[in-house]
Amino acid sequence: MTQLALVIDLNVCVGCSACVTSCKEWNTSGSAGPLVDERPYGADPTGTFFNRVQTFEVGEFPATETVHFPKSCLHCEDPPCVPVCPTGASYKRKEDGIVLVDYDKCIGCKYCSWACPYGAREIDEKQKVMKKCTLCVDRIYDKNLAEIDRKPACVKACPTSARLFGDIHDPESVVSIAIRENGGYALMPEWGTHPANHYLPRRKTNLKIHEDELERADNPLKKDGKLPKPSKNEPSLDDISSW
Amino acid sequence: MNPAFSVIFLTTLIGAGQGLFLALFTEQSYAVFHLLPRQGGGFYAAGSLIALVLLAAGLAASFFHLGHPERAWRAASQWRTSWLSREVIALPAFMGVVFCYAVAHWLDMNWVIATLPGGAVVDFTVLLGAVGTILAFVLFGCTGMIYACLRFLREWNSPLTVINFILLGGASGFILAAFYASVAAPELSSFFGAWAIILVLLGLAGRGASLIRNRRLRPKSTMQTAIGVKHPKIVQKTQGSMGGSFNTREFFHGKDAAFLKLVRPGFLLAAFIAPLGLLGLSLSSPATLGLAFLFNYVGLIAERWYFFAEANHPQNLYYQTIG
Repeated sequence: MTQLALVIDLNVCVGCSACVTSCKEWNTSGSAGPLVDERPYGADPTGTFFNRVQTFEVGEFPATETVHFPKSCLHCEDPPCVPVCPTGASYKRKEDGIVLVDYDKCIGCKYCSWACPYGAREIDEKQKVMKKCTLCVDRIYDKNLAEIDRKPACVKACPTSARLFGDIHDPESVVSIAIRENGGYALMPEWGTHPANHYLPRRKTNLKIHEDELERADNPLKKDGKLPKPSKNEPSLDDISSW
Repeated sequence: MNPAFSVIFLTTLIGAGQGLFLALFTEQSYAVFHLLPRQGGGFYAAGSLIALVLLAAGLAASFFHLGHPERAWRAASQWRTSWLSREVIALPAFMGVVFCYAVAHWLDMNWVIATLPGGAVVDFTVLLGAVGTILAFVLFGCTGMIYACLRFLREWNSPLTVINFILLGGASGFILAAFYASVAAPELSSFFGAWAIILVLLGLAGRGASLIRNRRLRPKSTMQTAIGVKHPKIVQKTQGSMGGSFNTREFFHGKDAAFLKLVRPGFLLAAFIAPLGLLGLSLSSPATLGLAFLFNYVGLIAERWYFFAEANHPQNLYYQTIG
Protein backbone atom coordinates (compact mmCIF):
# COMPACT_ATOMS: atom_id res chain seq x y z
CA MET A 1 0.00 0.00 0.00
CA THR A 2 1.24 3.41 -0.95
CA GLN A 3 0.27 6.58 0.86
CA LEU A 4 1.68 9.66 -0.78
CA ALA A 5 2.04 12.66 1.49
CA LEU A 6 3.84 15.88 2.18
CA VAL A 7 6.12 16.44 5.14
CA ILE A 8 6.44 20.11 6.01
CA ASP A 9 9.42 21.25 8.05
CA LEU A 10 8.34 24.18 10.23
CA ASN A 11 11.96 24.59 11.26
CA VAL A 12 12.88 25.60 7.73
CA CYS A 13 9.76 27.34 6.37
CA VAL A 14 10.32 31.07 6.06
CA GLY A 15 6.73 31.91 5.08
CA CYS A 16 7.55 33.21 1.59
CA SER A 17 4.33 31.78 0.06
CA ALA A 18 6.15 30.53 -3.03
CA CYS A 19 4.30 27.21 -2.51
CA VAL A 20 0.98 29.10 -2.49
CA THR A 21 1.57 30.93 -5.78
CA SER A 22 3.14 27.93 -7.45
CA CYS A 23 0.19 25.73 -6.39
CA LYS A 24 -2.34 28.27 -7.62
CA GLU A 25 -0.49 28.71 -10.92
CA TRP A 26 -0.32 24.99 -11.63
CA ASN A 27 -3.83 24.14 -10.51
CA THR A 28 -5.56 27.10 -12.14
CA SER A 29 -4.02 26.14 -15.48
CA GLY A 30 -5.09 22.51 -15.59
CA SER A 31 -7.79 20.73 -17.54
CA ALA A 32 -10.14 20.88 -14.52
CA GLY A 33 -10.62 24.59 -15.16
CA PRO A 34 -9.43 27.65 -13.28
CA LEU A 35 -9.52 28.15 -9.54
CA VAL A 36 -11.81 31.08 -8.89
CA ASP A 37 -10.14 34.38 -8.07
CA GLU A 38 -12.47 37.29 -7.41
CA ARG A 39 -11.31 40.91 -7.12
CA PRO A 40 -7.66 39.81 -6.92
CA TYR A 41 -6.48 43.41 -6.94
CA GLY A 42 -9.53 44.90 -5.19
CA ALA A 43 -10.08 45.81 -1.59
CA ASP A 44 -11.74 42.52 -0.73
CA PRO A 45 -9.99 39.76 -2.69
CA THR A 46 -11.20 36.18 -2.35
CA GLY A 47 -10.69 32.93 -4.14
CA THR A 48 -10.07 29.23 -3.89
CA PHE A 49 -6.64 28.03 -2.84
CA PHE A 50 -5.43 24.49 -2.24
CA ASN A 51 -2.63 25.68 -0.04
CA ARG A 52 -2.24 28.64 2.29
CA VAL A 53 0.61 29.79 4.49
CA GLN A 54 -0.61 30.97 7.86
CA THR A 55 1.49 32.73 10.45
CA PHE A 56 1.29 32.34 14.21
CA GLU A 57 3.07 34.11 17.00
CA VAL A 58 4.02 31.80 19.84
CA GLY A 59 4.81 33.21 23.26
CA GLU A 60 4.65 36.67 24.75
CA PHE A 61 6.81 39.63 23.78
CA PRO A 62 9.79 39.72 23.96
CA ALA A 63 10.02 35.92 24.18
CA THR A 64 8.14 35.24 20.97
CA GLU A 65 8.69 33.07 17.99
CA THR A 66 7.04 33.41 14.59
CA VAL A 67 5.82 30.13 13.14
CA HIS A 68 4.93 30.01 9.46
CA PHE A 69 2.48 27.22 8.93
CA PRO A 70 1.63 26.02 5.41
CA LYS A 71 -1.74 24.26 5.40
CA SER A 72 -3.32 22.11 2.70
CA CYS A 73 -5.37 18.90 2.55
CA LEU A 74 -3.66 16.33 4.77
CA HIS A 75 -4.86 13.31 2.74
CA CYS A 76 -6.01 11.54 5.90
CA GLU A 77 -5.64 7.78 6.02
CA ASP A 78 -9.15 7.69 7.53
CA PRO A 79 -10.68 10.73 5.82
CA PRO A 80 -13.93 11.85 7.50
CA CYS A 81 -14.89 13.86 4.39
CA VAL A 82 -15.19 10.80 2.11
CA PRO A 83 -17.96 8.64 3.66
CA VAL A 84 -20.30 11.63 4.16
CA CYS A 85 -20.32 12.54 0.44
CA PRO A 86 -23.81 11.69 -0.89
CA THR A 87 -22.72 11.29 -4.51
CA GLY A 88 -19.38 9.49 -4.23
CA ALA A 89 -17.64 12.51 -5.79
CA SER A 90 -15.25 12.58 -2.85
CA TYR A 91 -13.01 9.52 -2.78
CA LYS A 92 -9.68 8.20 -1.61
CA ARG A 93 -7.55 6.44 -4.23
CA LYS A 94 -6.55 2.92 -3.26
CA GLU A 95 -3.34 2.94 -5.27
CA ASP A 96 -1.68 5.99 -3.71
CA GLY A 97 -3.96 7.23 -0.91
CA ILE A 98 -4.67 10.62 -2.51
CA VAL A 99 -8.07 12.07 -1.52
CA LEU A 100 -9.74 13.58 -4.60
CA VAL A 101 -13.00 15.20 -5.69
CA ASP A 102 -14.64 14.25 -8.97
CA TYR A 103 -15.76 17.70 -10.16
CA ASP A 104 -18.25 16.13 -12.58
CA LYS A 105 -20.10 14.32 -9.79
CA CYS A 106 -19.92 16.97 -7.05
CA ILE A 107 -23.28 18.65 -6.39
CA GLY A 108 -21.76 21.41 -4.27
CA CYS A 109 -23.66 20.56 -1.06
CA LYS A 110 -20.62 21.50 1.07
CA TYR A 111 -21.29 18.63 3.51
CA CYS A 112 -17.71 17.30 3.10
CA SER A 113 -16.29 20.65 4.17
CA TRP A 114 -18.34 20.41 7.36
CA ALA A 115 -16.86 16.96 7.93
CA CYS A 116 -13.22 18.13 7.65
CA PRO A 117 -11.84 19.41 10.96
CA TYR A 118 -8.93 21.11 9.20
CA GLY A 119 -10.83 23.41 6.84
CA ALA A 120 -8.89 21.94 3.93
CA ARG A 121 -11.77 22.06 1.44
CA GLU A 122 -12.85 25.24 -0.29
CA ILE A 123 -15.77 25.55 -2.68
CA ASP A 124 -15.17 27.14 -6.06
CA GLU A 125 -17.82 29.89 -6.12
CA LYS A 126 -17.86 29.97 -9.93
CA GLN A 127 -17.81 26.27 -10.78
CA LYS A 128 -19.90 25.51 -7.66
CA VAL A 129 -17.96 22.38 -6.80
CA MET A 130 -15.77 21.51 -3.83
CA LYS A 131 -12.05 21.74 -4.45
CA LYS A 132 -8.97 20.75 -2.52
CA CYS A 133 -5.30 19.80 -2.85
CA THR A 134 -4.79 16.94 -5.32
CA LEU A 135 -1.10 16.45 -4.48
CA CYS A 136 -0.71 17.52 -8.13
CA VAL A 137 -2.03 14.17 -9.30
CA ASP A 138 -1.89 15.54 -12.86
CA ARG A 139 1.83 16.17 -12.49
CA ILE A 140 3.43 13.47 -10.36
CA TYR A 141 2.62 10.70 -12.87
CA ASP A 142 3.21 12.73 -16.04
CA LYS A 143 5.74 10.79 -18.13
CA ASN A 144 6.27 13.87 -20.32
CA LEU A 145 7.96 15.61 -17.44
CA ALA A 146 11.52 14.89 -16.43
CA GLU A 147 11.62 12.55 -13.46
CA ILE A 148 12.88 15.33 -11.19
CA ASP A 149 9.80 17.42 -12.04
CA ARG A 150 7.29 14.70 -11.12
CA LYS A 151 6.61 16.31 -7.76
CA PRO A 152 3.82 18.58 -6.50
CA ALA A 153 4.22 22.18 -7.64
CA CYS A 154 4.58 23.41 -4.06
CA VAL A 155 7.45 21.03 -3.37
CA LYS A 156 9.27 22.15 -6.52
CA ALA A 157 8.78 25.81 -5.60
CA CYS A 158 9.99 25.75 -2.01
CA PRO A 159 13.30 27.66 -1.86
CA THR A 160 14.29 26.22 1.52
CA SER A 161 13.26 22.60 0.85
CA ALA A 162 10.80 22.79 3.71
CA ARG A 163 8.43 20.53 1.78
CA LEU A 164 9.21 16.86 1.28
CA PHE A 165 7.11 14.52 -0.84
CA GLY A 166 6.95 10.75 -0.80
CA ASP A 167 5.33 7.53 0.39
CA ILE A 168 4.92 7.46 4.16
CA HIS A 169 4.21 3.70 4.04
CA ASP A 170 7.68 3.00 2.68
CA PRO A 171 9.94 3.05 5.75
CA GLU A 172 12.98 3.98 3.67
CA SER A 173 11.38 6.92 1.85
CA VAL A 174 12.68 10.44 2.47
CA VAL A 175 9.41 11.38 4.18
CA SER A 176 9.35 8.35 6.50
CA ILE A 177 12.93 8.96 7.54
CA ALA A 178 12.19 12.65 8.15
CA ILE A 179 9.14 11.82 10.29
CA ARG A 180 11.02 9.14 12.20
CA GLU A 181 14.24 11.00 12.83
CA ASN A 182 13.00 14.55 13.28
CA GLY A 183 9.91 14.14 15.43
CA GLY A 184 7.27 14.39 12.69
CA TYR A 185 3.73 14.83 14.04
CA ALA A 186 0.14 14.94 12.77
CA LEU A 187 -2.37 17.79 13.27
CA MET A 188 -5.34 17.37 15.64
CA PRO A 189 -4.57 13.73 16.48
CA GLU A 190 -7.60 13.77 18.81
CA TRP A 191 -10.02 13.05 15.95
CA GLY A 192 -8.39 9.84 14.76
CA THR A 193 -8.25 10.97 11.13
CA HIS A 194 -4.63 9.81 10.78
CA PRO A 195 -3.45 12.59 8.48
CA ALA A 196 -0.89 11.40 5.93
CA ASN A 197 0.79 14.81 5.82
CA HIS A 198 3.12 15.37 8.74
CA TYR A 199 4.86 18.41 10.18
CA LEU A 200 8.39 18.58 11.54
CA PRO A 201 8.63 20.74 14.67
CA ARG A 202 10.76 23.83 15.25
CA ARG A 203 13.99 22.62 16.79
CA LYS A 204 17.21 24.21 18.01
CA THR A 205 20.57 22.48 18.02
CA ASN A 206 21.84 22.72 21.57
CA LEU A 207 25.12 21.22 22.81
CA LYS A 208 25.29 20.58 26.53
CA ILE A 209 28.86 20.96 27.80
CA HIS A 210 29.58 19.97 31.38
CA GLU A 211 32.23 21.82 33.36
CA ASP A 212 34.47 18.78 33.67
CA GLU A 213 34.47 18.64 29.89
CA LEU A 214 35.90 22.18 29.64
CA GLU A 215 38.65 21.30 32.09
CA ARG A 216 39.41 17.62 32.02
CA ALA A 217 39.57 16.19 35.48
CA ASP A 218 41.78 13.37 34.24
CA ASN A 219 44.22 15.57 32.30
CA PRO A 220 47.56 13.68 32.59
CA LEU A 221 49.53 16.95 32.58
CA LYS A 222 47.70 18.11 35.63
CA LYS A 223 48.21 14.79 37.30
CA ASP A 224 51.92 15.06 36.62
CA GLY A 225 51.95 18.58 38.01
CA LYS A 226 50.63 17.37 41.26
CA LEU A 227 53.54 14.94 41.79
CA PRO A 228 56.36 16.09 44.06
CA LYS A 229 59.00 17.88 42.02
CA PRO A 230 62.18 15.72 41.79
CA SER A 231 65.39 17.23 43.17
CA LYS A 232 67.96 18.48 40.68
CA ASN A 233 70.49 15.71 41.30
CA GLU A 234 68.06 12.88 41.11
CA PRO A 235 68.29 10.86 37.93
CA SER A 236 65.72 11.79 35.40
CA LEU A 237 63.70 9.45 33.31
CA ASP A 238 66.26 9.24 30.56
CA ASP A 239 69.38 9.59 32.73
CA ILE A 240 70.50 12.67 30.78
CA SER A 241 69.20 15.58 32.79
CA SER A 242 67.90 15.87 36.30
CA TRP A 243 64.67 17.72 34.94
CA MET B 1 -21.36 27.44 11.52
CA ASN B 2 -23.03 29.94 9.24
CA PRO B 3 -26.75 29.03 9.16
CA ALA B 4 -28.03 28.50 5.59
CA PHE B 5 -31.68 29.42 5.19
CA SER B 6 -32.19 26.68 2.61
CA VAL B 7 -31.34 24.07 5.25
CA ILE B 8 -33.28 25.89 7.98
CA PHE B 9 -36.43 25.82 5.81
CA LEU B 10 -35.78 22.24 4.70
CA THR B 11 -35.53 20.88 8.23
CA THR B 12 -38.35 22.93 9.75
CA LEU B 13 -40.81 22.42 6.86
CA ILE B 14 -40.33 18.67 6.52
CA GLY B 15 -40.39 18.39 10.33
CA ALA B 16 -43.83 20.01 10.39
CA GLY B 17 -44.95 17.84 7.43
CA GLN B 18 -43.79 14.63 9.12
CA GLY B 19 -45.42 15.72 12.39
CA LEU B 20 -48.72 16.50 10.68
CA PHE B 21 -48.78 13.11 8.96
CA LEU B 22 -47.96 11.36 12.24
CA ALA B 23 -50.79 13.32 13.90
CA LEU B 24 -53.30 12.27 11.25
CA PHE B 25 -52.31 8.64 11.48
CA THR B 26 -52.32 8.75 15.30
CA GLU B 27 -55.96 9.86 15.10
CA GLN B 28 -56.74 7.09 12.60
CA SER B 29 -55.07 4.52 14.85
CA TYR B 30 -57.26 5.65 17.75
CA ALA B 31 -60.26 5.33 15.41
CA VAL B 32 -59.25 1.77 14.44
CA PHE B 33 -59.62 0.80 18.09
CA HIS B 34 -62.86 2.82 18.35
CA LEU B 35 -61.34 5.29 20.79
CA LEU B 36 -62.21 8.22 18.53
CA PRO B 37 -64.82 8.63 15.81
CA ARG B 38 -63.49 7.69 12.38
CA GLN B 39 -63.45 10.67 10.07
CA GLY B 40 -64.41 10.66 6.42
CA GLY B 41 -61.69 10.03 3.89
CA GLY B 42 -61.64 13.71 2.96
CA PHE B 43 -60.30 14.73 6.38
CA TYR B 44 -57.24 12.48 6.10
CA ALA B 45 -56.78 13.19 2.40
CA ALA B 46 -56.79 16.98 2.76
CA GLY B 47 -54.59 16.79 5.87
CA SER B 48 -52.06 14.57 4.10
CA LEU B 49 -52.11 16.97 1.19
CA ILE B 50 -51.12 19.83 3.53
CA ALA B 51 -48.30 17.62 4.87
CA LEU B 52 -47.27 16.86 1.29
CA VAL B 53 -47.16 20.58 0.43
CA LEU B 54 -44.89 21.22 3.46
CA LEU B 55 -42.62 18.31 2.48
CA ALA B 56 -42.44 19.49 -1.13
CA ALA B 57 -41.65 23.05 0.01
CA GLY B 58 -38.85 21.67 2.20
CA LEU B 59 -37.52 19.59 -0.68
CA ALA B 60 -37.61 22.66 -2.95
CA ALA B 61 -35.76 24.72 -0.32
CA SER B 62 -33.05 22.09 -0.11
CA PHE B 63 -32.18 22.58 -3.79
CA PHE B 64 -31.12 26.14 -3.05
CA HIS B 65 -28.35 24.71 -0.90
CA LEU B 66 -26.77 22.91 -3.86
CA GLY B 67 -24.20 24.29 -6.25
CA HIS B 68 -25.40 21.87 -8.94
CA PRO B 69 -29.09 21.05 -8.33
CA GLU B 70 -29.29 19.38 -11.76
CA ARG B 71 -26.99 16.64 -10.44
CA ALA B 72 -29.04 16.11 -7.26
CA TRP B 73 -30.11 12.63 -8.45
CA ARG B 74 -26.55 11.45 -7.86
CA ALA B 75 -27.01 12.09 -4.14
CA ALA B 76 -28.98 8.85 -3.77
CA SER B 77 -25.98 6.68 -4.60
CA GLN B 78 -23.96 6.59 -1.35
CA TRP B 79 -26.63 5.37 1.07
CA ARG B 80 -24.21 2.79 2.44
CA THR B 81 -22.05 5.44 4.13
CA SER B 82 -23.74 8.86 3.95
CA TRP B 83 -26.68 9.97 6.11
CA LEU B 84 -27.29 12.80 3.64
CA SER B 85 -27.68 10.23 0.88
CA ARG B 86 -30.07 8.23 3.08
CA GLU B 87 -32.15 11.37 3.66
CA VAL B 88 -32.24 11.99 -0.08
CA ILE B 89 -33.84 8.54 -0.47
CA ALA B 90 -36.06 8.67 2.62
CA LEU B 91 -37.68 12.03 1.85
CA PRO B 92 -39.14 11.20 -1.60
CA ALA B 93 -40.07 7.71 -0.38
CA PHE B 94 -41.97 9.22 2.53
CA MET B 95 -43.61 11.78 0.22
CA GLY B 96 -44.67 8.96 -2.08
CA VAL B 97 -46.34 7.07 0.77
CA VAL B 98 -48.04 10.24 2.07
CA PHE B 99 -49.37 10.83 -1.45
CA CYS B 100 -50.67 7.24 -1.66
CA TYR B 101 -52.22 7.63 1.81
CA ALA B 102 -54.03 10.77 0.66
CA VAL B 103 -55.25 9.13 -2.55
CA ALA B 104 -56.34 5.94 -0.75
CA HIS B 105 -58.43 8.01 1.66
CA TRP B 106 -59.77 10.27 -1.07
CA LEU B 107 -60.96 7.30 -3.15
CA ASP B 108 -62.12 5.36 -0.06
CA MET B 109 -59.86 2.40 -0.79
CA ASN B 110 -60.82 0.81 2.54
CA TRP B 111 -60.01 -2.75 1.50
CA VAL B 112 -59.97 -4.87 4.62
CA ILE B 113 -56.63 -6.58 5.10
CA ALA B 114 -57.07 -8.12 8.55
CA THR B 115 -59.42 -8.09 11.48
CA LEU B 116 -57.76 -8.01 14.87
CA PRO B 117 -59.16 -10.18 17.74
CA GLY B 118 -60.75 -7.16 19.41
CA GLY B 119 -62.77 -6.42 16.27
CA ALA B 120 -60.45 -3.67 15.05
CA VAL B 121 -60.35 -3.62 11.26
CA VAL B 122 -57.00 -3.06 9.57
CA ASP B 123 -57.71 -1.73 6.10
CA PHE B 124 -55.49 -0.62 3.23
CA THR B 125 -55.21 2.98 4.47
CA VAL B 126 -54.04 1.77 7.90
CA LEU B 127 -51.35 -0.31 6.20
CA LEU B 128 -50.20 2.72 4.19
CA GLY B 129 -50.30 4.86 7.32
CA ALA B 130 -48.14 2.36 9.22
CA VAL B 131 -45.57 2.30 6.42
CA GLY B 132 -45.65 6.11 6.33
CA THR B 133 -45.12 6.27 10.10
CA ILE B 134 -42.04 4.06 9.85
CA LEU B 135 -40.70 6.21 7.01
CA ALA B 136 -41.42 9.41 8.94
CA PHE B 137 -39.24 8.18 11.80
CA VAL B 138 -36.57 6.93 9.36
CA LEU B 139 -36.53 10.41 7.82
CA PHE B 140 -36.27 12.09 11.24
CA GLY B 141 -33.38 9.76 12.00
CA CYS B 142 -31.57 10.51 8.74
CA THR B 143 -32.02 14.28 9.12
CA GLY B 144 -30.80 14.21 12.70
CA MET B 145 -27.88 11.91 11.97
CA ILE B 146 -26.59 14.21 9.21
CA TYR B 147 -25.64 16.55 12.04
CA ALA B 148 -25.16 14.08 14.90
CA CYS B 149 -22.63 11.94 12.99
CA LEU B 150 -20.05 14.75 12.65
CA ARG B 151 -17.91 13.86 15.65
CA PHE B 152 -15.88 17.04 15.85
CA LEU B 153 -18.95 19.30 15.76
CA ARG B 154 -19.50 18.36 19.38
CA GLU B 155 -22.58 20.55 19.88
CA TRP B 156 -24.34 18.24 17.37
CA ASN B 157 -22.57 14.97 18.15
CA SER B 158 -25.19 13.71 20.60
CA PRO B 159 -28.34 11.53 20.55
CA LEU B 160 -30.19 14.67 21.68
CA THR B 161 -29.84 16.03 18.14
CA VAL B 162 -31.94 13.19 16.67
CA ILE B 163 -34.38 13.20 19.61
CA ASN B 164 -34.93 16.95 19.24
CA PHE B 165 -35.56 16.71 15.49
CA ILE B 166 -38.29 14.17 16.28
CA LEU B 167 -39.79 16.12 19.19
CA LEU B 168 -39.70 19.57 17.58
CA GLY B 169 -41.00 18.29 14.23
CA GLY B 170 -43.69 16.32 16.01
CA ALA B 171 -44.72 19.30 18.14
CA SER B 172 -45.11 21.64 15.18
CA GLY B 173 -47.00 18.97 13.23
CA PHE B 174 -49.45 18.29 16.06
CA ILE B 175 -50.08 22.03 16.61
CA LEU B 176 -50.78 22.32 12.88
CA ALA B 177 -53.07 19.27 13.13
CA ALA B 178 -54.97 20.93 15.99
CA PHE B 179 -55.43 24.04 13.86
CA TYR B 180 -56.49 21.94 10.85
CA ALA B 181 -58.95 19.97 12.98
CA SER B 182 -60.40 23.15 14.50
CA VAL B 183 -61.43 24.08 10.95
CA ALA B 184 -62.20 20.65 9.41
CA ALA B 185 -63.26 18.46 12.35
CA PRO B 186 -63.75 20.61 15.51
CA GLU B 187 -64.41 17.60 17.78
CA LEU B 188 -60.78 16.45 17.23
CA SER B 189 -58.94 19.70 17.88
CA SER B 190 -58.66 19.09 21.62
CA PHE B 191 -57.24 15.59 20.94
CA PHE B 192 -54.50 16.98 18.71
CA GLY B 193 -54.06 19.98 21.01
CA ALA B 194 -53.48 17.78 24.08
CA TRP B 195 -50.84 15.76 22.20
CA ALA B 196 -49.31 19.03 20.98
CA ILE B 197 -48.96 20.27 24.58
CA ILE B 198 -47.23 17.01 25.56
CA LEU B 199 -44.86 17.20 22.58
CA VAL B 200 -44.08 20.91 23.09
CA LEU B 201 -43.22 20.15 26.73
CA LEU B 202 -41.04 17.18 25.70
CA GLY B 203 -39.42 19.33 23.00
CA LEU B 204 -38.69 22.05 25.54
CA ALA B 205 -37.10 19.46 27.82
CA GLY B 206 -35.02 17.96 24.98
CA ARG B 207 -33.87 21.29 23.58
CA GLY B 208 -33.20 22.60 27.07
CA ALA B 209 -31.09 19.52 27.78
CA SER B 210 -29.03 20.08 24.64
CA LEU B 211 -28.56 23.78 25.50
CA ILE B 212 -27.28 22.83 28.95
CA ARG B 213 -25.06 20.08 27.50
CA ASN B 214 -23.57 22.44 24.92
CA ARG B 215 -22.88 25.12 27.49
CA ARG B 216 -20.77 22.64 29.47
CA LEU B 217 -18.75 21.45 26.46
CA ARG B 218 -15.04 22.15 26.50
CA PRO B 219 -13.31 22.12 23.10
CA LYS B 220 -11.17 19.08 22.35
CA SER B 221 -9.14 20.82 19.69
CA THR B 222 -6.99 23.75 20.72
CA MET B 223 -4.47 26.02 19.05
CA GLN B 224 -1.85 23.64 20.45
CA THR B 225 -3.22 20.53 18.73
CA ALA B 226 -4.13 22.53 15.61
CA ILE B 227 -0.55 23.48 14.77
CA GLY B 228 1.25 21.07 17.09
CA VAL B 229 3.14 23.65 19.12
CA LYS B 230 3.17 23.15 22.87
CA HIS B 231 2.88 26.67 24.23
CA PRO B 232 -0.04 28.13 26.15
CA LYS B 233 -0.01 31.39 24.17
CA ILE B 234 -0.41 31.13 20.41
CA VAL B 235 -1.87 34.02 18.41
CA GLN B 236 -2.66 33.95 14.71
CA LYS B 237 -1.16 36.81 12.72
CA THR B 238 -2.45 35.87 9.28
CA GLN B 239 -4.64 33.11 7.89
CA GLY B 240 -3.16 33.16 4.43
CA SER B 241 -5.78 35.38 2.79
CA MET B 242 -6.29 39.10 2.75
CA GLY B 243 -10.04 39.32 2.28
CA GLY B 244 -11.58 36.15 3.70
CA SER B 245 -12.32 32.86 2.02
CA PHE B 246 -14.86 30.06 1.92
CA ASN B 247 -13.54 29.08 5.34
CA THR B 248 -14.48 32.44 6.86
CA ARG B 249 -17.89 32.56 5.15
CA GLU B 250 -19.15 29.03 5.73
CA PHE B 251 -18.12 28.44 9.33
CA PHE B 252 -18.78 31.77 11.08
CA HIS B 253 -22.29 33.13 11.61
CA GLY B 254 -20.95 36.70 11.60
CA LYS B 255 -23.14 37.90 14.48
CA ASP B 256 -21.88 39.02 17.86
CA ALA B 257 -22.41 37.23 21.15
CA ALA B 258 -25.14 39.70 22.18
CA PHE B 259 -27.26 38.72 19.17
CA LEU B 260 -26.89 35.04 20.04
CA LYS B 261 -27.91 35.79 23.60
CA LEU B 262 -31.03 37.42 22.19
CA VAL B 263 -31.94 34.56 19.85
CA ARG B 264 -31.80 31.86 22.53
CA PRO B 265 -34.56 33.22 24.83
CA GLY B 266 -36.33 34.41 21.68
CA PHE B 267 -36.76 30.94 20.21
CA LEU B 268 -37.55 29.39 23.59
CA LEU B 269 -40.33 31.95 23.97
CA ALA B 270 -41.70 31.70 20.42
CA ALA B 271 -41.37 27.97 19.81
CA PHE B 272 -42.35 26.66 23.25
CA ILE B 273 -43.73 29.16 25.77
CA ALA B 274 -46.06 31.12 23.45
CA PRO B 275 -47.65 28.02 21.84
CA LEU B 276 -48.09 26.46 25.30
CA GLY B 277 -49.86 29.60 26.50
CA LEU B 278 -52.08 29.76 23.42
CA LEU B 279 -52.92 26.04 23.60
CA GLY B 280 -53.75 26.53 27.27
CA LEU B 281 -56.02 29.40 26.32
CA SER B 282 -58.14 27.48 23.86
CA LEU B 283 -58.06 24.09 22.17
CA SER B 284 -60.91 24.90 19.79
CA SER B 285 -60.51 28.42 18.42
CA PRO B 286 -59.00 28.32 14.92
CA ALA B 287 -57.53 31.80 15.42
CA THR B 288 -55.71 30.84 18.63
CA LEU B 289 -54.47 27.54 17.23
CA GLY B 290 -53.37 29.18 13.97
CA LEU B 291 -51.46 31.77 15.97
CA ALA B 292 -49.91 29.01 18.08
CA PHE B 293 -48.62 27.29 14.94
CA LEU B 294 -47.32 30.56 13.53
CA PHE B 295 -45.43 31.36 16.75
CA ASN B 296 -44.09 27.82 16.92
CA TYR B 297 -42.92 27.78 13.31
CA VAL B 298 -41.20 31.18 13.49
CA GLY B 299 -39.65 30.03 16.78
CA LEU B 300 -38.38 26.87 15.12
CA ILE B 301 -36.74 28.91 12.36
CA ALA B 302 -34.91 30.85 15.08
CA GLU B 303 -34.19 27.59 16.91
CA ARG B 304 -32.64 26.06 13.79
CA TRP B 305 -30.63 29.24 13.14
CA TYR B 306 -29.29 28.99 16.67
CA PHE B 307 -28.61 25.27 16.23
CA PHE B 308 -26.21 26.07 13.39
CA ALA B 309 -24.74 29.24 14.90
CA GLU B 310 -23.97 27.55 18.19
CA ALA B 311 -21.90 24.78 16.56
CA ASN B 312 -18.25 25.74 16.69
CA HIS B 313 -16.21 24.06 13.98
CA PRO B 314 -12.59 23.18 14.88
CA GLN B 315 -11.43 24.60 11.53
CA ASN B 316 -12.19 28.05 12.99
CA LEU B 317 -8.95 27.73 14.97
CA TYR B 318 -7.10 28.20 11.67
CA TYR B 319 -9.18 31.21 10.59
CA GLN B 320 -9.11 33.86 13.29
CA THR B 321 -7.13 36.75 11.83
CA ILE B 322 -7.22 38.22 8.35
CA GLY B 323 -3.97 39.94 7.58
